[in-house]
Amino acid sequence: MTATLTTGQPGPALAHDAAATLAASRPGLARRVKNRIATAAVVGAVALTAVPLALVIWAAVERGSARLDLTLFSHSMRGVVGQGGGLLHALTGTLLITAATAVIAIPLGISAAIYLTEYAGRARLASLTRRAVDIMVSIPSIVAGLAAYALFSLLFGPGTRSGLAGAAALAMIMIPVVVRSSEEVLRLVPGDLREAGLALGSPRWRVIRKIVLPTALPGLTAGAVLGVARIIGETAPLLLVAGFTDAMNYNLAEGRMATLPVFIYTQWSAKGLDTAAYDQRAWAGALVLMAVVVVLQLAARALPPQIAKIRRNR
Amino acid sequence: MKGAAIAVALVLVGVLVFLAVNGSPAFTAGEGELPAHAKNFLALAAPLAFGSLWVAVIALALAALPAVGVALAATIYAPAPRFGRFLGAVLDLLAAVPSVVFGLWGLMVLAPVMVPLYEWLHAHAGWLPFFSGEPSVTGRTVLTAGMVVAVMILPIMAAMCRESFALTPPALIEAAYALGATRWEMTRAAVLPVARSGIVAGGMLGLGRALGETMAVAMVLSATPDLISLNVISSENPSTIAAFIASTFPESTGSAVSALIGLGLVLFAISLVVSIAGRRIAKKGAAR
Repeated sequence: MTATLTTGQPGPALAHDAAATLAASRPGLARRVKNRIATAAVVGAVALTAVPLALVIWAAVERGSARLDLTLFSHSMRGVVGQGGGLLHALTGTLLITAATAVIAIPLGISAAIYLTEYAGRARLASLTRRAVDIMVSIPSIVAGLAAYALFSLLFGPGTRSGLAGAAALAMIMIPVVVRSSEEVLRLVPGDLREAGLALGSPRWRVIRKIVLPTALPGLTAGAVLGVARIIGETAPLLLVAGFTDAMNYNLAEGRMATLPVFIYTQWSAKGLDTAAYDQRAWAGALVLMAVVVVLQLAARALPPQIAKIRRNR
Repeated sequence: MKGAAIAVALVLVGVLVFLAVNGSPAFTAGEGELPAHAKNFLALAAPLAFGSLWVAVIALALAALPAVGVALAATIYAPAPRFGRFLGAVLDLLAAVPSVVFGLWGLMVLAPVMVPLYEWLHAHAGWLPFFSGEPSVTGRTVLTAGMVVAVMILPIMAAMCRESFALTPPALIEAAYALGATRWEMTRAAVLPVARSGIVAGGMLGLGRALGETMAVAMVLSATPDLISLNVISSENPSTIAAFIASTFPESTGSAVSALIGLGLVLFAISLVVSIAGRRIAKKGAAR
């Protein structure tokens, strides 16, 4: 508009009219100021979100990188007082417990989701299961830890602590996540595909195995990865039921087992005399844990485009 | 498949049964059997329940507006869809940072930085009950804990808000603009009213998460478990149920353990009420 005004090409009268209309419809000063303030507030909110994230990442990199050496990944804390030592025992524990949790939660969660989408219809069990999942989502993680502690005390005597108990606690947190995300993804598989399979005379289980699951696979995988990302940083339940140790423990079924989050916590909470060494190890652990979480997030993000494709085709 | 669904429901029943069986002795336990020298279970649970609610409400108050703002930025205000997706990734990442890392950060980075602010608040607003009394010299206060928890629940609330903002009918948005509304007027007239129940439900979800938040609070707060105080900048702070369980459990045996499990049951009940209320509100909004 300003361009036509300055060059005056379409005829001065016409340009003048247009400018007049524009001026008349322009919001008054008070409204414009309000609008500016709102925009500034929204930008401020973005800053309030991004800045803490940047600060946390920066703190972990700045304070953790000092101990990001080979010893960190090749040694446990056994017999270490002060400098040195590593988190190999905690990393091993996290991998073992997370794997055990995934083995419990992923098949159970996906099977339940298959039941809900493919078999249940309006069965009462379906609404019961959905309600149970809703309630399980709201269980605070520390309560899951207490429940696992109570269960394992009942089975193996009071005060039992083991990696498996930790996995049981984490499974209580992960199952509802997997059920929900899997159900969502399975619902995106077009009904036409199922009907086509059934019309060809395939039994339902075959339709599910050959059509539904392959179509939904990327989404199911993404859901499972996000479920793992959700539990891998859990501290409180593991502090209660997996306990803590300075030494290696490869046996899920017996004895206390260290994990990365609990390692970070105990490095801070049970410091020796040389506090700087403990703080450095805590931050180095935080850096490693954050790196693991970021990788899992990126992996889950790399998968979903194919769910989007299903949605488009429908 | 049916078995899996039954198993999922049974897991929940199991959780409730195990907690109830192991925790119920605590409800009738007397003096000497409970941690923190409490006379009875109520005397133990009430201050902690207050602490949980207090920290959660502070976190909610701090996080609510930024969550709505960032959700607006990702939907209505986003200059391009790519910016919205980028912001979504930032929020997901923030949600994925483990709470123990936030705890370490809140305790070692945020708390010392906050001390001057607390001194200033005490000097200039000391007549408010929140800021009266000597401010903490370490910065490890209820307000610091609330800030850390606010950062942690922000992405959950923002995700809920974002979903409901994205559902605004485009016709409403265009109608508002056609009437000459500015972007903010359009947001107030078309986006926020439609999304109101989504915003409230997001808040309830955040509140529920804040109530259950354990490690960040346990690490940031230097707590006195039997204290009820509104002061948010003091060095004497109430503890929360979750933080108390986490810091006491590893050294507890016998009746103390059962008291902590009883506390877990109380926490579960509180967060269940909050999350059911949140779902009700969300459903009511969806039905409209």
